[in-house]
Amino acid sequence: MASNEEILAGLAEIVNEETGLAPEAVELDKSFTEDLDIDSISMMTIVVNAEEKFGVRIPDEEVKNLKTVGDAVSFIAGAQA
Amino acid sequence: MTRKVVITGLGATTPIGGDVPTMWNNALKGVSGARTLEDEWVAKYELPVHFAARCSTPALSVLSRVEAKRMDPSTQFGVIASREAWADSGITEIDPDRLAVAFATGIGGVWTLLDAWDTLKEKGPRRVLPMTVPMLMPNGVAAAVSLDLGARAGAHTPVSACASGTEALHLGLELIRSGKADVVMCGGAEAAIHPMPLAAFSSMQALSRRNDDPQGASRPYDLGRDGFVMGEGAGALVLEAEEHAIARGARIYGELAGTSVTADAYHITAPDPQGLGATRALKAAMFDGRIQAEDVVHVNAHATSTPVGDKPEYTALRASLGNHLDNVAVSATKSQMGHLLGASGAVEAVLTVLAVYHRNAPLTINLENQDPEIPLDVVTSARDLPAGDIVALSNSFGFGGHNAVIAVRSI
Repeated sequence: MASNEEILAGLAEIVNEETGLAPEAVELDKSFTEDLDIDSISMMTIVVNAEEKFGVRIPDEEVKNLKTVGDAVSFIAGAQA
Repeated sequence: MTRKVVITGLGATTPIGGDVPTMWNNALKGVSGARTLEDEWVAKYELPVHFAARCSTPALSVLSRVEAKRMDPSTQFGVIASREAWADSGITEIDPDRLAVAFATGIGGVWTLLDAWDTLKEKGPRRVLPMTVPMLMPNGVAAAVSLDLGARAGAHTPVSACASGTEALHLGLELIRSGKADVVMCGGAEAAIHPMPLAAFSSMQALSRRNDDPQGASRPYDLGRDGFVMGEGAGALVLEAEEHAIARGARIYGELAGTSVTADAYHITAPDPQGLGATRALKAAMFDGRIQAEDVVHVNAHATSTPVGDKPEYTALRASLGNHLDNVAVSATKSQMGHLLGASGAVEAVLTVLAVYHRNAPLTINLENQDPEIPLDVVTSARDLPAGDIVALSNSFGFGGHNAVIAVRSI
């Protein structure tokens, strides 16, 4: 099980791979769409890569609730618990 | 009076050069872009053909990883060529509603399609990327170019197998003549050096099997020809209404004087042995451009190096140009870069425009024993084209009986 810091770092790596954004730009309070300019197609790719990396399942209907990076970190941490 | 259409920008990424200057320099020297494939899948699937002509500059050395991520390799090549052509045209401002795209492909996103199928089988549906559909669709390249340039007067993808690239120019000319656009980014892109298309083209006996000599394998008009060599890449040309080009003081390479498209309605893959469809296409393009046989000094032939394909093209050229054909310098540039399928017509159009502009014909390599049934004046060593008003033709023919011809006139 990963710590929140580890999940954030892992997510930042996935976002960087998909969008080219610097990993340090991926902060807990950042909105995926407003701040990071991530569209729905990139978001789905990030979700599927996160599922594989963290060994969790993020249902499609849950994805729309993951507005910020912090939301995603909390959801993944909860799903791992 | 019909609007005159000129060519003001050129771009290419090919097996003999990742940009236009490199390609042109090599085309005049005579080099081969064919190489033995080092990929593990050649042995794994026991492919009968072990070589192909890959782009000399990998797409990822030009595009960023993130840019490339949302594009099939064929679209990557198309965008690379389009950007070069656009920069070359010098256009800095254009009404987006007057800028169109006509960018062809023969096969489309075959890598994306087959990768996604592999992913589905190995990892399940959730791992199939959400970008799969926009990446595999054949109009993906025209759409990507339109997005890249902000072109809003339509983004079209003519698909007619190996005639596609030439058909894109035909469409581009029509769009400008009819007043629907002032500038059209035309081109063709292909990236099909994948084990499945290699196996499929091999099955139909279309590919050369000269595995011990890849660079000597593409040999149009030679008695030893045994099939084409698979190539990949893209070519792009900026077509522009003459008055638009003159108003902005553009450098003009030449006039796209006439184009045509015909269909054989003879056989799904075999060329009409009498070349009747090709003859009609040649005559129609010349009529369209008000061109007499005597005006023509150069032909960039389709000439793929298959035993059955090269001769009907000769028959059609003879029927169209008559005795004057003996005075025409014919280049078979697939001898150097292989067959770029849906991109071949666009890349060969770039070469044809440059031949007219610089008055040099590109070389044909590997012609050792010319087929006596094809008595063409083939350019095998440096050849200047004459001064004065000249015209060059470029032919493309595709499975399905598609014939497309363009005529380029000097300015």
